[in-house]
Amino acid sequence: MPHLEFEGQQYEVDEDGYLTDWQAWKEGMAQVMAQQDGLTLTSEHWEIIKFLREYFIKFQIAPMIKILVKELGKAMGPEKGNTKYLYELFPAGPAKQACRFAGLPKPTGCV
Amino acid sequence: MANPKPEELARIEYKPPKTGWMDTPAEIRKGMFCHAGKSKSLEYVGLPNPRQWTVMEEDWKLPENWQEIFIEGLRERVNKFRSFRLFLDICVRCGACADKCHFYIGGGDPKNMPVLRAELLRSVYRKYCTTSGKIMGKIAGARELTVDVLKEIWYYAYQCTECRRCSLFCPYGIDTAEITILARELLNLLGLNIDWIAGPVANCYRTGNHLGLQPHTIKDTFDMFADDLETFTGIRVNPTFNRKGAEILVVVPSGDFFADPGTYTTMGELLLFHELGLDYTWSTYASEGGDFGFFTSNEMAKRLHSKIYAEAKRLKVKWILGGECGHMWRVWHQYHNTWFGPMDFLEEPVSPITGTKFENAKSNKTVHICEFTSDLIKNGKLNLDKSRNDDLVVTFHDSCNTSRGMGFLEEPRYIINNVCNKFYEMPPNTIREQTFCCGSGSGLNASENMEIRLRGGLPRANAVKHVVQKYGVNMLSCICAIDRAALTASVDYWVPGTRVTGVHEMVGNALVMKGEKKRTTNLRGDPLPGMEGE
Repeated sequence: MPHLEFEGQQYEVDEDGYLTDWQAWKEGMAQVMAQQDGLTLTSEHWEIIKFLREYFIKFQIAPMIKILVKELGKAMGPEKGNTKYLYELFPAGPAKQACRFAGLPKPTGCV
Repeated sequence: MANPKPEELARIEYKPPKTGWMDTPAEIRKGMFCHAGKSKSLEYVGLPNPRQWTVMEEDWKLPENWQEIFIEGLRERVNKFRSFRLFLDICVRCGACADKCHFYIGGGDPKNMPVLRAELLRSVYRKYCTTSGKIMGKIAGARELTVDVLKEIWYYAYQCTECRRCSLFCPYGIDTAEITILARELLNLLGLNIDWIAGPVANCYRTGNHLGLQPHTIKDTFDMFADDLETFTGIRVNPTFNRKGAEILVVVPSGDFFADPGTYTTMGELLLFHELGLDYTWSTYASEGGDFGFFTSNEMAKRLHSKIYAEAKRLKVKWILGGECGHMWRVWHQYHNTWFGPMDFLEEPVSPITGTKFENAKSNKTVHICEFTSDLIKNGKLNLDKSRNDDLVVTFHDSCNTSRGMGFLEEPRYIINNVCNKFYEMPPNTIREQTFCCGSGSGLNASENMEIRLRGGLPRANAVKHVVQKYGVNMLSCICAIDRAALTASVDYWVPGTRVTGVHEMVGNALVMKGEKKRTTNLRGDPLPGMEGE
């Protein structure tokens, strides 16, 4: 199994680089993962990552993009509540990339 | 890993290797297989040999006596299922199936010819279960079960979507899907499942649906649907959950709760049920029509499917209305009664709106939503404004499981023709019983195997492209959640610009409801034709 090296410790990730235990996540990991993807996290990224974590803690699944867009729009206005904005922040896709940074598993099934 | 460009992927080499198939080892290649099933998922449902393993590593961490387990398992199933034995025995290798498989057409790998894919297991069967194979070995088409042979069987068992297009053309009627189903069952005895199946199976056993949606998550999602629908129609739908005494239990694939464009299908259904004033309930437990257990083993399929009836019994409903799902119907239609017998605690389904008795659902008490809706239309119970779908030029993809699996062909077409004005069929040899698979069925719709998905999706996408060019089709409709997920990726790659929809999304758009406000958008929030700028 591959690992993520963080602050001298090894954390288990799956073949696609997702943390296998979402509770093992530490804030700094997001930056490490982002660096590997050639991104620097800004406060805009963090707004999303924090929203994802909070949603996951409440619902035990990452939100669908529709919910993410809607909630962002409500909280931060229409200029942030759209898919284009999310893709600008997370070029590999908000569902995949942002969830990985947030230490959350990706959904499986007929999706 | 970036996928090759369409024009590169479409350059397919059909020339077989010089060496015979037994002497040509399988090359396990990234992009063609799914990740290994996770230990915790296997453990959760008690599947054998849970451990961390990786496909590309040499050691798959098999049990010490793996060969014995596999061969014993094979013998047991050959004796138990007469069809399986027959399918292994009677193939004359005529090759009628060879070029019918979407994976072979789109990939050119001879081991994806259904005849040869089945031969991978058949050769092992001959070696250990037939006298000629035991004595004559290779001459009789038999071979020993080595680790490499096992890996080859695994690799190709998860490059078959169990769509059964090959069996349609087999002069003997051999169902290669059944061979794949049992090959996967045998592989599962050794802990060789894939993550995209094992994960949903464990989720489904825990929460009642593949995604692992918990009751409050489902409720929250429906609240959002209701909000959106209120914005679009001015009408507030009030779905109920786990309501005892409701007349009908509605079960749909959980993908339709969670992933676009399936969510719009659920929204269309919500509008329809509201307009009818239907006495129905959703269940947060029987919250999955699909059954990834069916892609694992017969036993697992039974275990996951049983929740629907347990819930129907608990809620004391009269009958079950099933949604736009593919393999759910195969399970219901072909396996259900053998597993669970007649459902005596339910009533024979009768539409409360039209009084129609669904004779065909007499034994399993489950009606397909397209049967239900087409009956409503036939009896003039719905007020439909087709012109609301005038921006759509629609074609229809038959799901393998509903078309080949249960002969369900006319109802969705009848509905589509009543809710939109522009409907064009794809070529006859790519629809109805001869439909091409979406390319990702039977639990293969992961992302790491995208190359094989796109290859398998090529024949269907090619037919879509034909109607796009000929008639200007811009919407591919279907009645299966895997289709909606898989075709979205496939047409986006092969026929960009084409979108995917469920049939009941279009119903929801066309449905004129009592007391609704003037509709200006469709269920996706896009302007209706002629309403741009309003």
